[in-house]
Amino acid sequence: MILVEHAAILLIAFPLLGAFITPIVGRVNSLFRDTWVITVLAFTELLAVLLGYDVLQNGISVYTLGARLPALTSPSGIPVRIILEVDAMNAFISVIVSSIALVVVWYCLGFMNQSRVLDKLYTLILLLLTGMLGLTLTGDLFNLFVFLEVVSISSAALIAFYVHRGESLEAAFKYMVLSSIGALMVLFAVALIYGQYNLLSMAAVADKIQNTFLDEVAMVLLISAFLLKAGSVPAHMWKPDAYGEAPAPVAVLLLTSALVCLYVLFRIIFTVFNPATPLLGWVLAILGVSSIFLGVSMALIQNNLSRLIAYSAIAEIGFILLGTGSGLIEAPYLSMVGFNAISGGVFHILNDVLDLGLLFLAAGAVFYLTGERDLNRMGGLGHTQPLLAVFFLVGIFAVSGLPPFNGFASKMMIYESVYVFNPLLAIIGILGSILMLAVFVKVFFSIFLGVSPAKGHGKLPKSMLAGMGVLVLLIILIGLFPALVVDYLISPAVNALINSQNYIGGVL
Amino acid sequence: MLIDLPFLAVVVLLALGVYAVVFRHNLIKIVMGVHILGSGVNLFLISLGYREGGVAPIFTHAPKLEMVLPTPQALTLTSIVINLAVVALMLSLIMLIYKRYKSLDSRDRRLMG
Repeated sequence: MILVEHAAILLIAFPLLGAFITPIVGRVNSLFRDTWVITVLAFTELLAVLLGYDVLQNGISVYTLGARLPALTSPSGIPVRIILEVDAMNAFISVIVSSIALVVVWYCLGFMNQSRVLDKLYTLILLLLTGMLGLTLTGDLFNLFVFLEVVSISSAALIAFYVHRGESLEAAFKYMVLSSIGALMVLFAVALIYGQYNLLSMAAVADKIQNTFLDEVAMVLLISAFLLKAGSVPAHMWKPDAYGEAPAPVAVLLLTSALVCLYVLFRIIFTVFNPATPLLGWVLAILGVSSIFLGVSMALIQNNLSRLIAYSAIAEIGFILLGTGSGLIEAPYLSMVGFNAISGGVFHILNDVLDLGLLFLAAGAVFYLTGERDLNRMGGLGHTQPLLAVFFLVGIFAVSGLPPFNGFASKMMIYESVYVFNPLLAIIGILGSILMLAVFVKVFFSIFLGVSPAKGHGKLPKSMLAGMGVLVLLIILIGLFPALVVDYLISPAVNALINSQNYIGGVL
Repeated sequence: MLIDLPFLAVVVLLALGVYAVVFRHNLIKIVMGVHILGSGVNLFLISLGYREGGVAPIFTHAPKLEMVLPTPQALTLTSIVINLAVVALMLSLIMLIYKRYKSLDSRDRRLMG
C-alpha cells in the first residue's frame, strides 16, 4: 500500500505542512482551525501506527530520499543519500510521540480557550512534533543535528508562551543557550566522524567505526549533548525552569522531547558506537542514581506545583538511565538479566511520559481552576472536583510505582535486574521511589484536601477531562496487562536496539 | 603547515565562545559567544573538506583535478542558516526581557533553578 510505503517521510512531512497551513486556516475561523489541527495529528498518529505495524510484521524499513537505493550513483557503493531507517525501536517511540501530541492538543482545546494566539501555539506544537519525529526516524547524523535544532527553537518559543511573565522569558533564554551549545557539540562530533570516515549515515558509520581516540571524543560529545537535552543530573538546571514556566500542555511536550533525546542517546550508544564498554554503563548508571537522588530531594522542598513535578521528571529520567546503564555493565546485554534491565529502561520511557504527562495535565487543570501556582495557597479542591482528584491520585500512584499501575511494572523490572548487578544502586532507586510517594502525598493533601480558599471554582472543560481520561485509561490498562505490552512492544524494540547488525544490514 | 592554520583558528574561536558564554554577564555577549562558537564549528567543518590545490566541486566542465569535498560545504550552509535562526530567536527573547526588567545583566534574575 502506497501509504505504508511512504509512511516514514510522510510522518515528518505531514506535520510540517500542517504547521505552516495552520495560520492560514486560522484566518477562517477557530472551529475550522481546531478541526484542521486535530485532523493533522490524527493522520500522523494513523501513519505512525501503520508504520509500526508494518515494521513489526516485515522487519526494518529503510526510506531513501531522492533515490531508490541509498548507494545509488555512488561508485564505491557507500550510502550517500539521506535515509530514514525505522526499526521496532524508533517505530515504538514515534507512536508514543504522535499519541502524546494528539492527547495534548485535545487538552489544549479546553485549556487555552481564552487565548487569542492559538494559531501560533498550534503551529509551534506541530513544528515541535515534526522535530521530534525527525529526530526519531532519521538514519543520518547530520539530520540529527538539524532536527535537534528544530526541536530546540520551537520548544524555546513555546516555553516563552506567557510573554508577559519575565520568568518565562528567562527560562526560554536559558533553555535556548544550553540547547544551542548542546547542538553545536553534536555538530562538532559529526564533523569529527565525517573527517575520518567521509560518512554521515549512522548505519554505515557503525559498520566502519574503528573506535580511535577521535571517535571517543565524538562519542563523549554526543552523549553529553543528548544527556543535556534529556536533563540528566549534571545538566538538569534548565529543566525545572522550563517545565515550571511553560503552559502545562507544553511541559508535557517538552518531557516527550527529553525522552526522544534519550532514545537518540541509546541509538548512538548501542548502534553507532558498538560495542559499548562497561565503563559507559557505569557512567550512565551513576548519573541515573544521582538524578534520582537529586530530583527527589529537590522536589521535597518545592512550593511551586509545576517545578515540583519537573524535579520528579529529573528523577524519572534517572530511572531510565539506571536501567539501561546497568544493562550495559559487564558482559553486556546478552544475558537475560541485562536484557531485562534494558527492557525496563525502555518500558519506563513509555510509562514516564504517561505518568508525568498526566500529572502535568492535572497541574494545568488546577492552574486553570484556581489561577494559582503556589501549593501553600491552595486547598479543598477535592470537594468541588472529585474526578480531578482521582486522576491526580492515579498519576501519583503510577509515578511512584505502586502495584496496580504501569509505573510498578517497569520499575520492578529495573529493580530486579539492577539488584543482581549492584544491590546498592537498586536500593537507592527504591528509596527514591518511596520518597517520591511521600512528596506527592503531601502535594495531594495541600491541593485537594482541607479547607478551600473562599473563591468560586469554575468547571473544567470536557476536552481537558477527556485528555486526562485517556492517559488514566492507558496507565490502568498497561498496569493490568504489563506482560502483553512487554511481549508485543518492548521486547521487539529492545531486540532491535541491541542487535546493531540488523540496523547496519538494513542499509548496506 | 598552512593547513593547520584554520584548525588553530577553530580552537581560538571555540575558546573565545566558551569564555563569553561562561564568564560574561551581559545577555547580548552570551548570544555573541554562542554565535562565535557556531562560527568555530562551521570553520572546522569547512576546513575538514579542504584539499590543497583542489577546485570547486562543480562537475560540469571541471578540469580533471582534485576537488574540495562538497558535503561539508552543504553542511556548513545549513548550519549557518540554523545558527541565524537561533541567534534571532535569542535576541528577540532578550528584547522582551529588557522591556520587562530594564536590565541585561544575567545576575539580577528571578529564576535560580
